[in-house]
Amino acid sequence: MRFAGIDIGSRSIELVVIEDGEPVEVRETPTGHDPMVGARELLDGVSFERIMATGYGRDLFEIEFDAADTVTEIKAYARGAVALHPATNVILDIGGQDTKVIALTDKGRVKKFEMNDRCAAGTGKFLEMMGRALGYELQEFGEQALRGSNEIVINSMCAVFAESEVTSLIAKGIDRRDIALGLHLSVVKRALSMINRIAASGALLFAGGVAHNRCVRHLLGEHLQVPVHVPDQPQHVGAYGAALLAGE
Amino acid sequence: MADYRAMWKDLGMNLEAHDMLLDFLGKYYADTFLTQNERPEGMDYFNFVMSEVHGLRIKELMDQKAVGRKVIGAYCVFVPEELVLAVDATLVGLCAGADYALDQVEQYLPRNTCALIKSAFGFKLGGVCPYLEATDLVVGENTCDGKKKAFESLGGLIDNLYVMDLPQVKSEQGRALLKAEYIRFKEQIEELTGVTITAEKLKESIAVVNAKRGALHRLAKLRGADPAPISGLDALLANQIAFFDDPVRFTASVNTICDELEKRVADKVGVFPQGTPRILISGCPMAVPNWKLPAIIESCGGVIVGEESCIGERGCRNLVSTAAESVDELIDGIVDRYFKVDCAVFTPNRERVEHIEEMFQGSNADGVIHYGLQFCQPYLMEAMDVEKKLEDSDIPVLRVETDYGQEDVGQLKTRVEAFVEQLRP
Repeated sequence: MRFAGIDIGSRSIELVVIEDGEPVEVRETPTGHDPMVGARELLDGVSFERIMATGYGRDLFEIEFDAADTVTEIKAYARGAVALHPATNVILDIGGQDTKVIALTDKGRVKKFEMNDRCAAGTGKFLEMMGRALGYELQEFGEQALRGSNEIVINSMCAVFAESEVTSLIAKGIDRRDIALGLHLSVVKRALSMINRIAASGALLFAGGVAHNRCVRHLLGEHLQVPVHVPDQPQHVGAYGAALLAGE
Repeated sequence: MADYRAMWKDLGMNLEAHDMLLDFLGKYYADTFLTQNERPEGMDYFNFVMSEVHGLRIKELMDQKAVGRKVIGAYCVFVPEELVLAVDATLVGLCAGADYALDQVEQYLPRNTCALIKSAFGFKLGGVCPYLEATDLVVGENTCDGKKKAFESLGGLIDNLYVMDLPQVKSEQGRALLKAEYIRFKEQIEELTGVTITAEKLKESIAVVNAKRGALHRLAKLRGADPAPISGLDALLANQIAFFDDPVRFTASVNTICDELEKRVADKVGVFPQGTPRILISGCPMAVPNWKLPAIIESCGGVIVGEESCIGERGCRNLVSTAAESVDELIDGIVDRYFKVDCAVFTPNRERVEHIEEMFQGSNADGVIHYGLQFCQPYLMEAMDVEKKLEDSDIPVLRVETDYGQEDVGQLKTRVEAFVEQLRP
C-alpha cells in the first residue's frame, strides 16, 4: 500500500510517497504565496491510500483536501528521523522560519522539544537574508563562509539588526567571507543554546533545508563533539515521517 | 440588550471606540465559547453575564451607587474582598486581557512592559472600561516592579488611586506589613463609605467570600474527572467572572453548574472524549478577554483541567477562618489567608511548585503548560525553576511565553499540538 506525507513549510513544500516503508516518489516545490497551489501541483498524478499533512500549512491542507490527516512537524520529524537513522537521540531541524530541537526517548518518542518563538532569528530565512546582504547566492553562501578565517562575532539575532551590523562590518573593509563565517556561527550558537536548554545529548540528526549548508554542518560538528548525521535529503525528513505516520 | 449609551456617556466613556470594542468582544466570545460542544446548561448564566458585561452589571453598580453604595476597583488578588463587603461596598477586578490604544499607552509605559499592565492603561486612555469609570476608589498594589512603577503613572490619569504596599518575603516582618496595610486599607474604606466595620459585619462578609471560593473549589474538583465535565475555557470564564459579578449571585450560579457537573461525572458525560490529554495551566493570570492560549489548547486536542493562576486556584485557595470574635482577630485570619498566596513576587516562593504538583495530582493532569506573559519578569524567571522541578518529578512541561497579540498563534499552535501529541499514550 502506498502512503503519502506532505510537509508544507514556509519556504518549500515536500511530498514523499512510500510503499512498504520505502520512498517511491519524492517531489518538492517552493511554497509561494498560495501554498495550496503548490500542494495541488505536487499531488498531480500521484496515487496513495492515505495522506498525512504536516508543516505550518497542515490545517489549510486539511480543509482543502478532506481525506487528509494532520500531525505537527515535531512528531513527523521524530518519526522520519528514527526511520532514517535509528540511533538518533536528538533532532535539530533548521527550516525556513523555524528552528526546532527534539529530544527523543529510547523508544524514539518525543521526550521534549524546543522551538523558536515569534521571530525567524537563527533560521534559514535569516541566512538567506544575510547571504543577500553580502551579495551571495544561497548555494554559495555556506561554501564561502567555510573559507573565512577570522571569526567575526555577530551580536544581533534579529535579521533587521544583523543586516545593519553586516553593513557596518562591510564598511570597515572586513572580508565578506569572515562576516559570512560569523553569521553562520551565530546561527549555530543559537541552535546549540536550544540543544542545551532541553539538555539534549547523544547522536544528532540534522534535518531541514539548512542542513544542506556545509558551513553550518561543519561548525555544528566542531562545537557539539557528538556524531552529526545528515540524511541525503534533510529537507524531506518531515514529509517522510508524515508518510510513515499515515501508514500507521 | 438594552440601550446603555446614556449611562456610558455619563461615565465619560468614548462611545464610538466602545461600540467597536463590544462588537469585537461579542464576536470573539461567540467564536470561542458558543462553538464548543456539549456545554453544560449552567453556562447560560455566564453567557448572559458576558453579554451584559458592560451593560446590566454596570447598571446594577450605578443603581447601587445612586443609593450610596461605593465601588472599589482592584488589580490584584491581594486586595481583600472581605473588608470591602464589610463596609457595604462592592469590589470589582479591573485587570484587562486585550491590547488597546497601544500608541497612547506607549506615551506612558515603555514598550517592553507586560501586556496586562499595558492593557489597564489602554482601557483607561481609550475610555472603554466602564468598571474603572464607575469606581470610587482604585486600589493599586506594590507587587512586581512593572505594576509598582505603572501605578505612579496611573496616578496622573485617575484621581482616586490608592496604593497598597505588599510584602515580598514570607517573614514575620512581611506578615506584619501585610496586616498593617490591611488595617490602613480598612480605615481608608471606612472613611470612604462612612461605615465602621464591626465583627459581626466582617464575619458575614468573610462567609460570603468563603462561599464564593468554596464554590469555585467545588468546580475545580469536578474537573478532576475523566472525561472532563466542563471545558477549560468555560471553567476559566467562571473564574474570570468571579471578579466582577455580584458575589452571592455568582456563588449560587457556580453551585448550580456544579450540581449539573456532578450528574455528568456520575454519568461519565464529558465535553471531550475520555482519555483526552489533560493540561494544567500554570503561571500568569488570564483576564477577560484573554482566551488565546486556552482556545489554542482546546482546539489542539487537549483539555484544560486547572489554572494555577490568580484567576484560578491561586486566587481562591484557602478560606478565612471565622473562628474569632473581635475585628482584630478576624483581620488576623484574613492576613493568614492572603499571606499564603504564592505569587511570584515573593522570594523565595518554593510553595508554588508544591502547589503545582498538588494540582497536577488532584486534577489528574497529564502535563503542565507554563504560561508566562512576555516581560513578566517574576513568572518568567520562576518558570525555569518550575520546569526543572516538575520534570524532576516526571511531569511533562511546555513553557510558553506570549502576550495578547495574535501574530504568534501559528507557532503556539504547533508547539501546543506537539505537546498534546507527546502526552498521548
